[in-house]
Amino acid sequence: MTSHETYLLNRAKLADSHTLEVARADGAYGALRKVFETSMSPEDVVEEVKKSGLRGRGGAGFPTGLKWSFMPNHESDSRTRYMAVNADESEPGTCKDRVLLREDPHCLIEGCLIAAFAMRLDAVYVYVRGEYRLPYDRMQAALDEARAAGILGDNILGSGFSCEIHMHKGAGAYICGEETGLMESLEGKRGHPRPKPPFPASFGLWGQPTTVNNVESIFNVPFILDRGADWFRTLGTESSPGNFLCGISGHVERPGVYEVPLGISARAIVEDLAGGIWKGRSLKAWFPGGSSTGVLPADMLDTPMDHDSVKAAGSMFGTGAMIILDETASVVRSALVLARFYEHESCGQCSQCREGTEWLEQIVDRMLSGQGKAGDVQLLTDLSNGMTPGKTICALSDAAAIPMLAAIKHFRSEFEACIPTTAEALV
Amino acid sequence: MALTAALKAEFDELCKKYPERRAGLIPALHRCQEELGGWISPETITDCAEYFKLEPVEVYSVASFYPMFFLSPVGQHVVSVCRNISCDLRGAGEIINAAKEHTGAACGESSEDGHFYLEQVECQGACTNAPMMVVDGKYHEDLEPADVARILGETR
Repeated sequence: MTSHETYLLNRAKLADSHTLEVARADGAYGALRKVFETSMSPEDVVEEVKKSGLRGRGGAGFPTGLKWSFMPNHESDSRTRYMAVNADESEPGTCKDRVLLREDPHCLIEGCLIAAFAMRLDAVYVYVRGEYRLPYDRMQAALDEARAAGILGDNILGSGFSCEIHMHKGAGAYICGEETGLMESLEGKRGHPRPKPPFPASFGLWGQPTTVNNVESIFNVPFILDRGADWFRTLGTESSPGNFLCGISGHVERPGVYEVPLGISARAIVEDLAGGIWKGRSLKAWFPGGSSTGVLPADMLDTPMDHDSVKAAGSMFGTGAMIILDETASVVRSALVLARFYEHESCGQCSQCREGTEWLEQIVDRMLSGQGKAGDVQLLTDLSNGMTPGKTICALSDAAAIPMLAAIKHFRSEFEACIPTTAEALV
Repeated sequence: MALTAALKAEFDELCKKYPERRAGLIPALHRCQEELGGWISPETITDCAEYFKLEPVEVYSVASFYPMFFLSPVGQHVVSVCRNISCDLRGAGEIINAAKEHTGAACGESSEDGHFYLEQVECQGACTNAPMMVVDGKYHEDLEPADVARILGETR
């Protein structure tokens, strides 16, 4: 059985962990107090987060401290400054932020306030997907408690620093998890991603400097400030420090959200934590980090779960949400389920994505219903290659094409088996 | 005017969160759908346009972009069954069949008596507790096909 130091989910195991009383007794807001009382400057806080090597947990793995440092200098740029916390968790397989919002909202608030201090923000918006009613209500209740206790609003904890955190509800569109789509949506528009540049740090919400961070990224911040960047680097790997929340779903005995250090082998998660493949079956395929990451075959299960190792294996770490397919599962069917999803979620701005996702769905659908044509596997490949990389405003097109290409690469014979042979086709 | 005084007062408060009033539009549409018959009617669109100082077509373009908003009337109880990968791998197909059988509705339609509206939806973010469905906003997870009739029966 795997044993390792944990910190992200410790409080969540306490009864009523979402209340201020329980959270405070467990040390909540201690890191914020430390920042204020040790007279760290905002730049010191950014430096500490940079030093920790924390990488964003929303999918791209971009260094959080570096992202923060992109915010313009406050002396030469007096515009209003914002952060949007991305809680529009919609990547299939991913359900970790839901646990954090629901079970430990005060830790997220503390992380937001430290980030706000570090980047000299005027306000923070937490964009929660519309379906997450309980997590939204828990966060709102926690904000109300924090405000009543002098932890939110004007002169936080007597420090002289003031900041507002607002909740905002989305309405079911996956594309609003893309940072510029999120900003458009927060402004009350369709969630159409914006071309970059300009990047959010120079032109974000309402044209003002903005940073967009994932819930789990911000959740790590109080621990880094409380225990130090050096402590953080004792967990995980050199290039991907810290722990992460691995949501493992699909064909395992014990699906769940597990806290593990980056660099742990995928096999240890599947076999030790999740109890192995269900029903005594064997593994066929696995997605390392959500539906947008390329599927990998069973013989690659010893891959360490960190950004560099999963990339070297030909896929992406993504959100760290593993989806497991047993020997009876059809990779082609999973490709159809995902193609249908991306077709449904394409915002329609770019033709490669709008048309490409629909064609992918139609071709896989006809293959599965016995209507596949000779050359369809090549057609899927060519079409996918026309959708990636970097051909569109945002990465949804890539997210649709990359798993299709990976599925064909590793399971080509399964796709080919869907095409009637020439003799059958002639009958 | 479909917007009640109470809703308008609520929106006045809501819009204070943002530097621009329009940012309150999507949360406001949620409240309209909850309070004004379970869907976004043409009248709601006109009224929201007036409130937010937008053209009705701008409100329509936003409402029509987001899957959670209904632009035509739906049954009294909304049943949303997830069809994405984690649920599909653990038997979402049987859940949707059980839901069809109990409600008598096809996907994307309301039952004849108007009691249920049934839909298949994309990932709801409960993947480690698949398969799942949402009934009137409440999550029901780790489902067996036999659970469906019991859960839907509780709406009667």
